Order: sequence, then structure tokens, then C-alpha cells
Amino acid sequence: MQILVCLKPVPDPKHWSRLGLDPKTKTLIRDGIPNIINPLDKKALEAALQLREKEGGEVITLSMAPPSALSVLREGLAMGADRSILLSDAAFAGSDALATSYIMATAIKKMAHYDLILCGDQTLDGGTSLVSAQIAEFLGIPNLMHVSAIETQGSGAFHIRSQIEHGSMVVEVMPPVVLSVVKEINEPRYITLMDILKAEKKEIEIWSSRDLSLDEPWVGLKGSPSQMVDLLIPEGKRKMEILKGDPPEMAGTLADRLHRLGYC
Amino acid sequence: MVQSKIWVFAEQRNGQLAEVGIELLGKALELARPAGWKVASVLAGQSLSGPCERLLSFGADEVFVADHPLLCSYCSQSYAKVLDNLIREHHPEVFLLGATAMGSDLGARLAARLRTGLSAHCIDLELSAEKKLLSVVPGWGGNVLARIYSPFTKPQMATVMPGVFDMPREGNGRGRVIPLDVHLTPADVTYQVLEINRRAVKENGLEKAEVVIAGGAGIGSKVDWQLVEGLSSALKGAVGGTRPPVDENWAKEDQMIGQSGRTIHPKLYIGVGISGQMHHMVGIKGADLIVAINQDPQAPIFELCDLGLVGDFKEILPLLIRAIQDYKA
Repeated sequence: MQILVCLKPVPDPKHWSRLGLDPKTKTLIRDGIPNIINPLDKKALEAALQLREKEGGEVITLSMAPPSALSVLREGLAMGADRSILLSDAAFAGSDALATSYIMATAIKKMAHYDLILCGDQTLDGGTSLVSAQIAEFLGIPNLMHVSAIETQGSGAFHIRSQIEHGSMVVEVMPPVVLSVVKEINEPRYITLMDILKAEKKEIEIWSSRDLSLDEPWVGLKGSPSQMVDLLIPEGKRKMEILKGDPPEMAGTLADRLHRLGYC
Repeated sequence: MVQSKIWVFAEQRNGQLAEVGIELLGKALELARPAGWKVASVLAGQSLSGPCERLLSFGADEVFVADHPLLCSYCSQSYAKVLDNLIREHHPEVFLLGATAMGSDLGARLAARLRTGLSAHCIDLELSAEKKLLSVVPGWGGNVLARIYSPFTKPQMATVMPGVFDMPREGNGRGRVIPLDVHLTPADVTYQVLEINRRAVKENGLEKAEVVIAGGAGIGSKVDWQLVEGLSSALKGAVGGTRPPVDENWAKEDQMIGQSGRTIHPKLYIGVGISGQMHHMVGIKGADLIVAINQDPQAPIFELCDLGLVGDFKEILPLLIRAIQDYKA
């Protein structure tokens, strides 16, 4: 089974207080902030590795990021991916979900064969949850979101459990298919020092726009229909009164106010 | 002649309309009025006369009905094909969907097919004087709110969180029904639904509660979560929380308040050990009085509350509960 896993390097949430916004381009300034693999993408990779253990085949990770993301891709290889492809080009900068999906799908079309494309259901940073369905649309294949279990059938079909409001559904689908996974699907494996050393020998290919047959108006900032208008400062409509004193005094004052308002 | 410029996807399963599709119809009518626009609901499925009547009664000017056996179960490719054809024929300015399992999936695929922008998981919508749809979304871990738009492509699309807009009032519908010719073959349905399991939705009273006590990551343990529940029972309130207590199994999934949980409108909200990330705060903006208890004087919630107590909840809550009980006694 040939499985592609989309891995997105995202700014480590521990350092989010250092994120800034470029006032002119209204894009995020993330200089110097370390990246991690988006946590749900790591679960997508774990699901892929488990399927490979059962069915055989190959697991390839696919990312679109600046070259600084290479260390993050090494982590995917250490977890057990066979090889890694990084889509990296200055022309890709500023791509929104639609342009990103288009670039990713164009890269996937270059591959001779694939059965499954796995993604995380949501990323920590943008969090639009658009990319998996949009990759599927550009490839003209089915997709399912909110996936919590993947089962292979003797017939070659997959049985997929997908979460819906207040429950779940099970769907039968034939490959190739794009699936985006939720946190309930698995716990990603730990990596050992040995895994890290082994990953050093694995290959990371870098593809630029010249390696892909892209239509230029559809990539980068220009190919991105969504734009930020502005950031809203939460309105200071609230009274913001801070009580003074030690815990007994504060508790007493609050109880007194609640009493006067009729709550006790 | 189709007149509507704002279209709302009226999600339904087995003839049961999702409330978010009706909430969005209400909001769309409100946005459309100053612009002189009309609003259509778009229904897809099988045997839709009941849902269609309801949408008319909630004020839809037009209701498109795609009724076909192959639309019986939702499948993204068959639904996207029908809606794509309809949108290309009539060119609506705005197309809205609920940010549900179905709406998020369908919206993403349609936006790619139409090569237009979609703002996902919105918590508010505005229509500018230039008739651009401005969508408010929490971003970057919920620390900020951003307004997003797609000024150059049509339709302008958004998926909106359930519960952020009120249900419109029901009345005598004067809108018209537009049945659609659906051209689908079995090959358009690219997966088969084998089973659907849905829990009965338990009403835990959060949405209707007058008093809500919510806990956050700062509570730290299941044992200390009992203090949150204790305060709630002293004030006869309902208990809610942010994402971490649900992840830690101190609280249940359906107790989560905020962008990916419930939207509440209590008279009194007390947040304990909650830092005040936008993901949570958008769910409580309808509260009359917001009280925050947190150890960290820098916590953003202190700028978004009416009354703040800086201190250790483990000390404050037992004292507070006792004082409340003393008043009652």
C-alpha cells in the first residue's frame, strides 16, 4: 500500500506569545520560533505506519514549508516514514488553504501511484480544516474528514469511521481516498535515539515550482483569494474591576455581591 | 428569475434540519435587508417537503430543493456536483454553511471547485458597505480575532459555528420553492454509508442556564474539579469547561464552552482557572456578568471580565462556597 502523509510544520505553541503580525502584508511573523509537526499530522503518520505494518508498502511524507522545516521532516523519518518530500519555493509564500491544496495536489499527481493520503483534521496555527477536502477535490477523488478508525477489507475497500455531530458513521470507500484524522485515532509512537540515527540515512527530496506543472496565478499570495482585513482587539466592554485583599476577603466580597444580586 | 444573492445551505439528515442552517438563514436575512438583497435556503436530500415548509416559515425568500434518491445520504462529491452546477447558473454573492461535519467538508470541496475563498469556523459575519462579506475568525491558538474576506472571487463563502446566531422567529412564509432538476449517476456517489450511530443528545442545561461555573486547565486535577462542581451546586448552576478539562476527563465533551463547543448566555458566569483564550471567550460573550478567578494576574481573562479575583482557587472556592451557604441558611 502506497500511503502519503501530509505533515505541516507549525510554530511550537510554547512560543506563541512571540508571534507577531506584519502590519503591511498582514501575514504572520514567525522568525526564530521553533517548529513542531502539527500534532494531528503526527497521528496521521502513526496511522500510516500501522497500515504499512499490516499491509506492507511505503509511507512518504509530504510537506510545504520553507527549507528551515527540514529538521521537522527528520522527525517524521525517525518515526518510520520511508522518505520525505518537501515542497519549497519562494513563489509558494503567502499561499492560503486553497493555493496550498492546489500545490500539494499538483505534487501528488506527479507520483505514479497512491492508495491513501492522510492528513490531520486541523492544524494548530491556521486551523481552517480545508486542505484535506480541497486536495481531494483537485485530485478528483473521495475524502472523509474527522476519521477515528481505518480498516482494510479483503475486497480492497476501506471501512472508515468518521465522527459526525453526536456520533459517528461508518463508510465504505475504494482507494484512492484522502482521510483527515482526529485525536482519538491513536497515540503516536515514541522515537528512540536509534530511530533518529537511522533517519539520518533516509532521503529528503526538495521540489520547487520548477518540478511541478503549476498554473502560476493559482499559487502564493496572488493565488490566494482569502485575505486578512484586520485584527480585532477584544472590545473592553467589561468593567474589569479587580478585587483586592487576601482569599478570605475576596471570597467574602464576591459572596456579598452575589447575595445582593439575589444568587444566595 | 432567481433573485437571492445570499444563499444558505440548509443541512439535513433524514429530514431533520440542523439548527445551524436556520440560525444562518436568520443572520442572512438580517445582513441582506440593508443591501436590498434576498435570501435563499438550499436543500439537498430525499423527501424534503417537511424541511422545505420549515425554511419558508423561518422567512427564506426562496428555497432551492434538490430532491433525488442518490442524495439520500450525504456524500461530498455528489452534493458538491449539484451545488456547483446551481451556483454556476445563478451566481450568488454569498454562500454560507454551518461549520458542522457536513458543512465543513462540503464547503471546502465546493470552494476548491469554484476556486473561491472560504472563511472557516466563523463566529460572526458582517456585510460591508461595498457588499463584501467580512468573517470573524479566532486565529493563532485563539489569542486573537481576525476579520477575513475574499474580495475578488465569488461567491464569498464561510462556514459558521453552530449556536453563535439566534434562531429567527417563525411566521407565515411568503417565499417560493424552486425545485431543481438533479442529474446524477450512481458513479457520482463515491462512498457508501454502512451505518450511522448517534447518541440521543442529552440536554445538560448549559445553553439555557442562568448561572454557569466553568473550569479550565488551571484546575489541575479531577479531585479539585469537585470544587468547581461544588460552587455550581451552591449557586444552582450548570458546569462547563474549556478544552483541557474535557481532554483530561474531568468534564464531558458536551460540557465544553467556546468555539468548538457550546455558546452560552447566562446571567452569571464564573470562570475558574481559565486563562481567557479567544476560543473559549467567544462562547461566553453573551453572559451578563463575567467573574474570573485565576492565580495569574497577567491572564487575558482579566481584561475580558467584569469582576476579577487574583488568587488560588483552592483557597478561594471553599471559602466562597461556605459564605454562599451561610447566606442561604
